[in-house]
Amino acid sequence: MLKIQDLHVSYGAVRAIKGISLEVNDGELVSLIGANGAGKTTTLHAISGLVPAESGEIILDGTDLRRTPPEKIIGLGMAHVPEGRHVFARMSVEENLLMGAYIVRDKSKVKERLELVYGHFPRLAERSRQLAGTLSGGEQQMLAMGRALMTDPKMVLMDEPSMGLSPILVKEIFSIIKSLHADGITILLVEQNAKMALSVSDRAYVLETGLISMSGKASELLHDDKVRRAYLGA
Amino acid sequence: MGVFLQTLFVGLRLGSVYALIALGYTMVYGIIRLINFAHGDFIMVGGYTLFFTVPLMVAAGLPAWTAVVIAVIVCALVGIGVELIAYRPVRKKGTNMTALITAIAMSLLLENLAQAIPAIGPNPKIAGTFFSTGGFQIAGVTLDYVTIYTIVISAVVMLLLYVFTQKTKIGRAMRCVSEDKGAAILMGISVNRTVLITFAIGSGLAAVAALMYIAQYPSIYTTLGSLLGLKAFVAAVVGGIGIVPGAMLGGIVIGLVESFSMAYISSSLTDTFVFLILILVLLVKPAGILGKNVGEKV
Ligand SMILES: Nc1ncnc2c1ncn2[C@@H]1O[C@H](COP(=O)(O)OP(=O)(O)O)[C@@H](O)[C@H]1O
Ligand SMILES: [Mg+2]
Repeated sequence: MLKIQDLHVSYGAVRAIKGISLEVNDGELVSLIGANGAGKTTTLHAISGLVPAESGEIILDGTDLRRTPPEKIIGLGMAHVPEGRHVFARMSVEENLLMGAYIVRDKSKVKERLELVYGHFPRLAERSRQLAGTLSGGEQQMLAMGRALMTDPKMVLMDEPSMGLSPILVKEIFSIIKSLHADGITILLVEQNAKMALSVSDRAYVLETGLISMSGKASELLHDDKVRRAYLGA
Repeated sequence: MGVFLQTLFVGLRLGSVYALIALGYTMVYGIIRLINFAHGDFIMVGGYTLFFTVPLMVAAGLPAWTAVVIAVIVCALVGIGVELIAYRPVRKKGTNMTALITAIAMSLLLENLAQAIPAIGPNPKIAGTFFSTGGFQIAGVTLDYVTIYTIVISAVVMLLLYVFTQKTKIGRAMRCVSEDKGAAILMGISVNRTVLITFAIGSGLAAVAALMYIAQYPSIYTTLGSLLGLKAFVAAVVGGIGIVPGAMLGGIVIGLVESFSMAYISSSLTDTFVFLILILVLLVKPAGILGKNVGEKV
């Protein structure tokens, strides 16, 4: 579904991504783990076109994303839950969800999706009129995820969905991720919480200062000594 | 009592014009963080468009004020043109400072271009009347129609704008882009297109303001928008720049300050009071009356 080949990204003189290749197949849950500053967010931003890639290929189902205007990417069936949630704080929960369906013209379809998302996240339904900026961190994360689901995407990029959440909420978020995966949505998950990420993923890549240092089956990486020492605190 | 009421209505009339202009500043600032110094000159463009098109409308048997439709279109196109030709390329390449300087340059360019048009030239033009003259009496005060129309039309236009930004898809997209460009792009919103629409609306509002301002002060000249634009900008800052209701409130506040200082203190000091209020508000609430104070960064 998604194929990245020899991607390079720089911020001025700072070389953030120095030639990575990775692949996410249909229906897979793949995670990209790595320390703070490794370049995980940059990778997702390059996929979504929020930062320009310097060189390399990013192909989604045969479409060259580097030649696609960033606002057109969601129309190709790929949504992005950004790091730090980025909900529209001055809009209500429901307005945020409606913005998620901005590209959907069919009003009845929007309504259908809204019901579906409220079904996934009953807490959002209870707070549909509340301003998003007044939600708790966990609720904002659910809103950001719900918003990304409004277009019924084939693939979702998720950037640190567990960041800053209490252990209980982290569990809840990961169980939602698992159920989305079970529903057949292809997911590229970025996490610093490597243990949780590896435990739900099919495969994983380890990013180290702009380069992929390891990759493989998540279950194998979970038991790899190097990974355990560097990322799992064991 | 009579003087008070009269002054109140004059203040509301002036204030509604300032509010309409302030909306243009604040909407553009809200979406691209640029103080569009050329915005005042859109009023001038609207003024001349009215001057030249009113006779055409009258000849066609329509009321004079219908020329505002053409003025709105012309101003919207000028606004779009300025964004496309000047601001967008600079925004891609330059810094905030380059954008600001570009805005000042666009202001000067519009004023000088206008003067270079032979039909305009350096001498002021005097517009005819747009609305029926006269007025009526309430509580011993004579209210002319211009005042009533100005207040009512502004109120209706602002209400429409509010509903537009709250309830329509484009309006929501405008709020998204002004709040979080990156997230807006992820929703599939085209930032460039949304910015263009914002310019068109803000400039269109300037044309409506031009109609009402000129209905009261019929002299049209190329620097018409300088002081008027500056005061409306002050209104936007007083209300909280980037915040739509702030522009409306700020406009009314400045209008009232002007009319009351004129009636009760001194007509030669009104502008002084306007800027005094600006300084006072900025001292007490740096982000403006409706602005949220973000702690100063050290
Ligand atoms: N906007 C930016 N400007 C300059 N450097 C940046 C910017 N964003 C990220 N970086 C740098 O790029 C590198 C990768 O950052 P990022 O992708 O955010 O890492 P991660 O998401 O893995 O924590 C870091 O060294 C970071 O400092
Ligand atoms: Mg990150």
